[in-house]
Amino acid sequence: MSEVKMKPIWYFVGLILIVMGGIIFLSGIYQFIDPPETKTVLAETHPAIWWGAIMFVFGGIMFLKTRKETV
Amino acid sequence: MQAIGLSIVDWIIILIYFVFVLGIGWYLRKFTRSQEDFFLAGRKNSSWVAGLAFLSANLGALELLGMTGNTFKYGMYVAHFYWIGAIPAMLFLGIYMMPFYYSSKINSVPGYLKLRFDEKTRVLNGIAFAVMTLLVSGINLYAMALVLHTFLGWNWDVSMWVSAITVAVYVGLSGLMSAIFTEIIQFFMIWFGLFLVSVLGIIEIGSMKEIFARINEYSSQVSFTTLWSTASDPTQNGMFIHWGGIVLGLGFVLSFGYWTTDFLVVQRAFSAKDLRSARMTPILASFFKMALPFLVILAGLIAIALSIDPKSGFELLQDGGKVNYDSALPLLIARYYPSGLVGLGVTALLAGFMAGQAGNISAFNTVWTYDIYKSVINRKASDAHLLWMGRASTIAGVFISLITAYWAKSFPSIMDYMQAIFSWVNAPLFATMLLGMFVWWITPNGAFWGLVAGMSSSFFMWLAVKFHWFSESIITMSSTQSDMAANFWRAWWAWSICAAITILVSLFTRKRPKDELVGLVKGLTEDKYDQHLPFTKRPEFVAIISLIVLVILNIMFW
Repeated sequence: MSEVKMKPIWYFVGLILIVMGGIIFLSGIYQFIDPPETKTVLAETHPAIWWGAIMFVFGGIMFLKTRKETV
Repeated sequence: MQAIGLSIVDWIIILIYFVFVLGIGWYLRKFTRSQEDFFLAGRKNSSWVAGLAFLSANLGALELLGMTGNTFKYGMYVAHFYWIGAIPAMLFLGIYMMPFYYSSKINSVPGYLKLRFDEKTRVLNGIAFAVMTLLVSGINLYAMALVLHTFLGWNWDVSMWVSAITVAVYVGLSGLMSAIFTEIIQFFMIWFGLFLVSVLGIIEIGSMKEIFARINEYSSQVSFTTLWSTASDPTQNGMFIHWGGIVLGLGFVLSFGYWTTDFLVVQRAFSAKDLRSARMTPILASFFKMALPFLVILAGLIAIALSIDPKSGFELLQDGGKVNYDSALPLLIARYYPSGLVGLGVTALLAGFMAGQAGNISAFNTVWTYDIYKSVINRKASDAHLLWMGRASTIAGVFISLITAYWAKSFPSIMDYMQAIFSWVNAPLFATMLLGMFVWWITPNGAFWGLVAGMSSSFFMWLAVKFHWFSESIITMSSTQSDMAANFWRAWWAWSICAAITILVSLFTRKRPKDELVGLVKGLTEDKYDQHLPFTKRPEFVAIISLIVLVILNIMFW
């Protein structure tokens, strides 16, 4: 019987950043198309779009680099 | 007043976090088969995993809110907590103390006291640590509910029970490993969730230089933007403290007491796969620790710069006429974060609270199981029984934390005693550890009575000031002081009393033979580690780089 090996923590960090970053990015796009009535300070810089994208890319790199690794 | 409103996207982000940490606990349970898996995460972590967990165990949300608020109150002097108040101690732990801890294959810090001294010293420290851990865990739980209630309008009971049950489930399933996994996820949540506040603050104000200029222009008498240049006169800095208090109280006793002896953080290094990884654990963590002021201190300075500009519309909340300094960070989140990012910011705070609680509970279950239960109650307990006891004490620890949280809710002033609790237990313990590891003739009776004297004198000083038996200025040796300054000086005196009594009693009591202390005391132990590695791969080399960065940062913000 082959023993199941554990995934490294970086795999899970990558996964959660991809999911959260993706959702934040998409919500930023939605707010860009349909701006909310109450605006935050610096809303014109659309932080949800670029910060969500940074999270998604960072998480994606971690996920792809560790998806086949076990510890 | 409710500062932050949540949209459906924010709720989804928060829900994802809860599903994730519970899922990780469930996933890891199949890799938790023995007591070593449960209490020490199988001793198979790399230095990066153990290092980030080492740092994150200390990085609770209470600290993030509190330190941002403290920066608003005291200015940049709060950065001393992250630099001189942490880095030398972390490097000392990695270079000098870790070999004794790790090589003796102990399961906990009180376990070292048993090997070096005797059972009574171990049990005394084990009980003090277990009580402190549960008190801190309960107060953290209450603080979390308070923050969520104040800023999000959430129900007290629901907040406390949901987070407590979540922690009980994932720590109960897979022990230290799931605590470490969630701590590392928390680390990334905090950086991604809160660093954007500093980025957007700099964009709004213009530059870091402009932030400093605005604060200096507003406060020309007392400096809020320097680290050392006003430290020779307590009336000239926001913390009202002399450099002696910073160096001796914070930089030496409190810092070394916490970072080198508090099992909550040291346990993460015990989970490393080998001695080199264990030594590298606090050294790697030191770099991330040094970066934290760019998150919390900078956010606090941005809050000051905004609040002194009437056009910004930024003002901290008031509670019963008193400024609520802890509101600085939530108000900045509300100011800058649109829907989605608010959920991330709240998740970062929630993750900080829950990981902090999980850290306390995983340290508690280890100390309870090994240093109290196995040591005093059931010496012949089997491996399987200890694993069961670890799980049972996790549930019991969470339940006692909940009771403490409700107690804190009835007496909110207990929150003010958090820092004091650390100085009762950790400051004297550091004297015991330091003498025990570096002086062979320190005796078991010397260590025990020194520890008793240090802990009780620290508690007495706190009581005496609280009930006005004598003036705080006797402790701080200055007519101008803050609560923070009093904490630093009390820690220094508790350490000194513990050290003096330990040495005095040791001079007149029976010493242990030198051959029994090999591997436990410097000078009696082979202390050439990692000599086979090239110098650039050794922990000492990385520690030197860390020290250089520390010096540069202190000079930059002198």
